[in-house]
Amino acid sequence: MSPISHIGRYFVFMTRVCRQPLKWRIFGNRILDEIEKIGIDSIGIVTIISFFVGAVVCIQTANNLGNPLIPTSTVAYAVRECIILEFSPTIICLVLAGKVGSNISSEIGTMRITEQIDALDIMGVNSANHLVAPKVIAMILSVPVLVIYSIAIGIIGGYVAGEYTGLVPTDAFFEGIHFIFKPYYVAYSLFKSTIFGFIIASIASYCGYYTHGGALEVGKSSTTAVVISSIVVLMFNLIITQLLLS
Amino acid sequence: MIEAINVVKSFGERTILHGIDATFETGKTNLIIGKSGSGKTVLLKSLVGLYDIDSGDIRYDGRSTCNLGMKQKNLMRQEVGMLFQGSALFDSMTVEDNVRFPLDMFTDMTLEERRERANFCLHRVNIINSNKLYPSEISGGMQKRVAIARAIALNPKYLFCDEPNSGLDPVTAAVIDDLISEITKEYGITTIMNTHDMNSVFSIGEKIIFINEGRKAWEGSSDTIVGSDCEPLDEFISTTRNIVTKLK
Ligand SMILES: Nc1ncnc2c1ncn2[C@@H]1O[C@H](COP(=O)(O)OP(=O)(O)OP(=O)(O)O)[C@@H](O)[C@H]1O
Ligand SMILES: [Mg+2]
Repeated sequence: MSPISHIGRYFVFMTRVCRQPLKWRIFGNRILDEIEKIGIDSIGIVTIISFFVGAVVCIQTANNLGNPLIPTSTVAYAVRECIILEFSPTIICLVLAGKVGSNISSEIGTMRITEQIDALDIMGVNSANHLVAPKVIAMILSVPVLVIYSIAIGIIGGYVAGEYTGLVPTDAFFEGIHFIFKPYYVAYSLFKSTIFGFIIASIASYCGYYTHGGALEVGKSSTTAVVISSIVVLMFNLIITQLLLS
Repeated sequence: MIEAINVVKSFGERTILHGIDATFETGKTNLIIGKSGSGKTVLLKSLVGLYDIDSGDIRYDGRSTCNLGMKQKNLMRQEVGMLFQGSALFDSMTVEDNVRFPLDMFTDMTLEERRERANFCLHRVNIINSNKLYPSEISGGMQKRVAIARAIALNPKYLFCDEPNSGLDPVTAAVIDDLISEITKEYGITTIMNTHDMNSVFSIGEKIIFINEGRKAWEGSSDTIVGSDCEPLDEFISTTRNIVTKLK
């Protein structure tokens, strides 16, 4: 199939996903389950990555700003901007594309090849809506929370690294992270991470839903899901940044 | 009664079903038999509406099922139960939740009533004390029986079975066959079952349709299947016939 046909089928698929669910109570429970699987289970990896990247960004910036005319607090300022604007929303979403995207795609792909999706369709349940919509909603709700959390951990990582290496003393660090703070940047960051969350969940579900064949194809479609959703996330990163920040 | 009228189905350039006419009778176990790759699964999935057919018509008790909107199609599907070749139980749910799932989705019964109905269906297929197990924790034969329980939970008028006893030992296969046949009689269901197992043909086949290379080559009952003048069918049942002759 050509890329254009895939895009067309993706949109047709998404119109099937965005239908009214049969039973709201069941749908609500499905969303809670997915939030647990997608959001809560990702806290660990987000913590580790955010802490270390925050620390490294702080050390790198401090080492490269070795100019006596620039106050040390600038390092903390740079760490904050870097984490809020790019690191937390984009890098964390790329990590989630790998972790959550492959998980969603292989789960739905397995249901496809073992005819569980056919079983849903035969019962008269809209399988696209029943399986995919809760995942997309859970992702949209979880990602911004994870990003806020990641920002906090990243800044803590920077602080610990600065303090421990003696490159950025506590006073300078706190002065720096308060320096010309723009709440708009946080809003921008959350907005784009929400879009990324939607992209990852929907593309991974699409790849899984249209799996044909056997176990080998399930593996292939989860790889495709990760690759395609990462590329689309980066493309949209560019577009959104151009639209909102310039 | 389910009627297939001149059903044609192709995938891309390849035509799989070349105009099949058949009727499947109410309260009877209707069998579709044929070699592997002859198009049985495609015919069954077309009858049930998982594949859109290219031309022809499919009627459930006189109601055409082609060209229905999504809503009407879903409404109609609540009258349909289906058993898949690999059971197709939802592996994230327990046995009881699997059987209760259609009830949860389509009825307004209380939780207590739904539980009761699910347990009734599970007892009907002789699954006892396994409610809290997951599909991966029970044997293949039990999975098939749970799938039957799930398929009959909503009292379907039409039951479709795709090789329900493939991959099972002869004894368990016979148990599944008998269960399907009994349930068909008990509730007056129109049952259509795909098989290439001659045991099923002789033990529960009431109306039999033989598919050869996407065409209906023969139809009749298990009494007339031996000694038919249809050559491919003769060849198909020859191994079974030879064994029977040898035993005699
Ligand atoms: N989704 C599909 N796309 C393309 N070709 C298909 C598809 N499904 C089935 N076919 C082709 O249709 C033919 C008939 O397949 P079908 O699955 O109906 O055989 P069958 O009679 O059920 O065989 P078996 O007894 O092995 O299950 C096969 O040659 C298969 O390659
Ligand atoms: Mg088949």
